[in-house]
Amino acid sequence: MTPAIRDDTYKGPLFNPKAQTGEQIGLAQTEAELLDNPVAGRPTLILRSPDFHSITEAVAEPVERPTPSGWWFFFIPSLALLGLLGVAVSWLFWEGIGVWGLNVPVGWSWDITNFVFWIGIGHAGTLISAILFLFRQTWRTSINRAAEAMTIFAVMCALLFPGIHVGRVWVAYWMFPLPNQMGVWPNFRSPLLWDVFAVSVYGTVSVLFWYVGLIPDLAMMRDRAKTRARKLVYGFFALGWRGSVRQWHHYESAYLVLAALATPLVLSVHSIVSMDFAVSLLPGWHTTIFPPYFVAGAIFSGFAMVLTLMVICRKVFRLEHIVTLRHFDYMAKITLVTGTMVGFAYGTEFFTAWYSGNPYEFFTFLNRAGGPYAWAYWIMVSCNVISPQVFWFKKARTSIPILFVMSIVINIGMWFERFVIITTSLHRDFLPSAWGYFTPTMWDVACLLGSFGLFFTMFCLFVRFIPMVATAEVKTVLPQANPHGGSVPERESEAHRRDLSGPGELAPEGAS
Amino acid sequence: MPLLGAPRLPQGPNYGILAEFATPADLYHACQRVRDAGFTRWDAHTPFPVHGLEGAMGIRRSPLPWIVLGMGLTGAALGFGLQYWVHTTAYPLVISGKPYFAWPAMIPITFELGVLFAALGAVFGMLGLNRLPMHHHPLFTSKVFERVTDDAFFISIESWDPRFDPSATGKLLESLGARRVELLESE
Repeated sequence: MTPAIRDDTYKGPLFNPKAQTGEQIGLAQTEAELLDNPVAGRPTLILRSPDFHSITEAVAEPVERPTPSGWWFFFIPSLALLGLLGVAVSWLFWEGIGVWGLNVPVGWSWDITNFVFWIGIGHAGTLISAILFLFRQTWRTSINRAAEAMTIFAVMCALLFPGIHVGRVWVAYWMFPLPNQMGVWPNFRSPLLWDVFAVSVYGTVSVLFWYVGLIPDLAMMRDRAKTRARKLVYGFFALGWRGSVRQWHHYESAYLVLAALATPLVLSVHSIVSMDFAVSLLPGWHTTIFPPYFVAGAIFSGFAMVLTLMVICRKVFRLEHIVTLRHFDYMAKITLVTGTMVGFAYGTEFFTAWYSGNPYEFFTFLNRAGGPYAWAYWIMVSCNVISPQVFWFKKARTSIPILFVMSIVINIGMWFERFVIITTSLHRDFLPSAWGYFTPTMWDVACLLGSFGLFFTMFCLFVRFIPMVATAEVKTVLPQANPHGGSVPERESEAHRRDLSGPGELAPEGAS
Repeated sequence: MPLLGAPRLPQGPNYGILAEFATPADLYHACQRVRDAGFTRWDAHTPFPVHGLEGAMGIRRSPLPWIVLGMGLTGAALGFGLQYWVHTTAYPLVISGKPYFAWPAMIPITFELGVLFAALGAVFGMLGLNRLPMHHHPLFTSKVFERVTDDAFFISIESWDPRFDPSATGKLLESLGARRVELLESE
């Protein structure tokens, strides 16, 4: 087998016509040389100037080698937490909703907090795979596969909670419009039912989008397979893909259409989730800012989760030249933007509560910041609004330890945001005689930890068996992938070189 | 097991000719020449979508967006129709004083079902147009073709193309800069 990196130095001309010498940009071997340089222009996205084969090797080899011991280090604790989830859910079904800390007036708390938290995590994956695709942000290619996988696993965790929080789980199918002997149908005018449709459509479309992206890479695993089992399994799922341009043609059309569908879909999903609250008449929930505010928060927390996962994965699988500091720099910038948008929404909510002149509304917000749950409110503000401001500094955006710590801090903050919105709005009812306080039980905690177990178990299985970088897409952003542009690999003839330099023949209709 | 009828594979001893090219640029220029030579039953194979290659091959626009549009509108109509039927006919019930036919409240589910059907149309439409799944194909008999998902670029010309001639077509591909030319058996 050829070594992972066959040639460290790419000797052809560079992708960017402004960057003329290798020392300036093209041979960016160290990560510090990687960021945008106002004089030399933008460097290539993938480091060490690899050829196509070395990308294949770098991505496929970790899936093919014997299971490394480090993988068990992550997998066994995840599996243990998944077992905890099984115990917690079984006990919940056996004993009933009373095992959680819910009460009157707090009828929703950790269950729905976990639901909104996980569905929000998923949104960054769709942003990366669909929205950045539509905006032609080619840097997404290094991370989109893993981010989409994250989306699917997060939606699985999210779907769990509405399913188990209903109390009588044996009638959970009432959520779906199924013909039944009672002649009863669900109420389609309720946001809770919109939510059932939005989240299940979102899960389905995410799986379809992910699978379509996987087909060429599954074919790659099939073609490299050394064992019969691997050839059969990857071959079955690769559907007989043979990289034909007539196939790529429909494939690219399908991918573009799916991106264009997933973009409004992802915005609709978290908007509808927010309407579970906003359409009610509860002070603290009944506000029109919720849809954009929830979407921004979802992308914020999702990017934090992508950061957490990618910091670990690129290190463990030695993909530092594919997922570079430049990618982290961009992700940190998105985190800063969305975090600041979330902070702006907190301020707007407070202002509106005061400006509305509605005493119930204003009390709710004063109570959030200074009442019994003030500790949760200020954890939320410091994690989500204050701490991401370090990303104004490039040093912080390109420091792996800072990124890792911040990604955890942000997700703690975003979990608390949902907790604050849900629990603080409920625990003070309109009459003081109906006031209450929610304290989680160990089963609340077990369900939350268990959902992380489900998520990380799935993610461990994903990185073990499926190429975690979309190689077919990464290859397209290598300079030599462009048939018209800068690249003339050494082995080409002198005649061909002359041919390439003539722009007349080079520019077919519409190509640039 | 193609979705839209049996694939029309050529009859005869040879499936066709497979030629390997070194770079996307080589392939691009070779495709232009093969297109201009008037071949119709041929294809190019790449590990990733090469920008502009459909143009170099003279492929027409994909009809897929029309399938997606049709499916999306069908899904939206079904979604809206279901809600309308449930709330006006099957199970009319006043909840929170809302009218039976509260159409603005029915838009979110109409939208979601439209997106669901459109996405299914995009994926299964793509598979149908590409005649996938098709786990057996004469191209898979070639050993070098295993690199089509790695770093190799190919042109294949099928033997039932009217202009196909085993030796002349092979020479043409060699003259276009092919690194290796191979005659493929029918399966």
